[in-house]
Amino acid sequence: MKWAKKDLLAISDLSSEELLILLDTTASFKEIISRAIKKVPSLRGKTVVNLFVEPSTRTRCSFELAAQRLSADVISIEKSVSSFTKGETLKDTALNLQALNADFIILRHKSPGAALFLAERLQASVINAGDGPHEHPTQALLDVFTAREKLGDLKGKHFIILGDILFSRVARSNIWALLKLGARVTLVGPTTLLPEVFREVGVDVCHNLDEVLPEADAINLLRIQQERQQATLFPSLGEYTKLFGLNMERFKRCKPDVLIMHPGPINRGVEISSELADCENSVILDQVTNGLAVRMAVMFLLSGGQLPKIKEDARKGTSK
Amino acid sequence: MSENVILDEHGLRRCLNRIAHEIIEQNPGDIPIGFIGLHTRGVPIAKRLRDLVSKFDPQRTVHEVGELDITFHRDDIQEELVLPKGTEIPFNIEDQIVVLVDDVLYTGRTVRAALNAMIDLGRTKAIRLAILVDRGHRELPIRADYVGKNIPTAHNERILVQLEEIDGKDNVLLERTEL
Repeated sequence: MKWAKKDLLAISDLSSEELLILLDTTASFKEIISRAIKKVPSLRGKTVVNLFVEPSTRTRCSFELAAQRLSADVISIEKSVSSFTKGETLKDTALNLQALNADFIILRHKSPGAALFLAERLQASVINAGDGPHEHPTQALLDVFTAREKLGDLKGKHFIILGDILFSRVARSNIWALLKLGARVTLVGPTTLLPEVFREVGVDVCHNLDEVLPEADAINLLRIQQERQQATLFPSLGEYTKLFGLNMERFKRCKPDVLIMHPGPINRGVEISSELADCENSVILDQVTNGLAVRMAVMFLLSGGQLPKIKEDARKGTSK
Repeated sequence: MSENVILDEHGLRRCLNRIAHEIIEQNPGDIPIGFIGLHTRGVPIAKRLRDLVSKFDPQRTVHEVGELDITFHRDDIQEELVLPKGTEIPFNIEDQIVVLVDDVLYTGRTVRAALNAMIDLGRTKAIRLAILVDRGHRELPIRADYVGKNIPTAHNERILVQLEEIDGKDNVLLERTEL
């Protein structure tokens, strides 16, 4: 099969076959990053631009290192030191980067659809590194890759996604990825952070963590994103922790080999107790390692295969 | 399109026997040898050569066969994307004699990529190249140390190696397409 996509914008866009190709390719890169020389020349001569208009440490570093391991040249731009502060638009910034012959633009942006907006206008491959609460595809890929490493085939496996679902792009991307791989998904959180409307995509919704914990093969915790909440959507962090925090008492009621996952950064003592974050069932650091292999696989696949079909006016940068 | 059988089962076996003897004769017996096959058909050929060398020279240390994926070192990724099959080398290549094995040697670009991949894996004592069929048309200055059969070909001809492990039978065919 040829890889036909120019961009990676959302897991919901991918077929199950494409998802599996991404995961299989990731396995090959995982072998490479375990070697003494962790570099291959696949993207030699290519330029990768990390355009992070919203703060990020691990995703930006992971993409940067992944591009370097593929032998690409990498530029990282953050909002605070870019012309965004002078009022330049996203489109103009990206067109300027394209004029410098960037081959990949990796975009983190607060607005849902920002990556799609660029992908439709640029010849460069655009990778969505998180667009507001919409999607974070590479995070979902590394999550399901890690889960497959530990649990094998995910078909029929029961995943709990716990916490701030409403504001979470990770939750959305994970839901799509897990459903495409045949897993069962239960979303758990307070009613204010977990609208019933999520049932429509084929997942279960539950507001009582203790009810579903014993059935779970994996628990994917989400960070409480206080920065995205306009108003407080639960009375206090203390109450959230009491009702939805994963602690040793709750852990004892789980399957003994349950996987504990978290996309980071962790609020220790809020959504998870410190001892569980560091326990044997926790694969949080494996997720970080696998993230590097996933991002190498994504850039490798997007760099090959069919040439992108771009409207002629987009090549000239005149499309709206 | 027409087809000619260049090597049948017996011919193929004779070629591999001869290569195995050449490997034994030309490499010092006190240095371990490791065979590494290039995906796809290089791998079963490497396994056969390994078994033959162990059989003909039981005193020699011969490692388990490795598999090398050169996908990430290819120079034609923009034209056609090949999905990786994975590299697995069950021995430390440092200071060993490594015999790279492939079915057909043509332009030399695959071997170039394989050498680059090997160099990333560590420093061997020596790298040798064993090929079942050399069909000519080199685009790089590369030649094999051990060749089963030289078959000078035209550009409109193709060598098709069939192996029991993959195709259910042993055969080397020359396919000719009309220009």
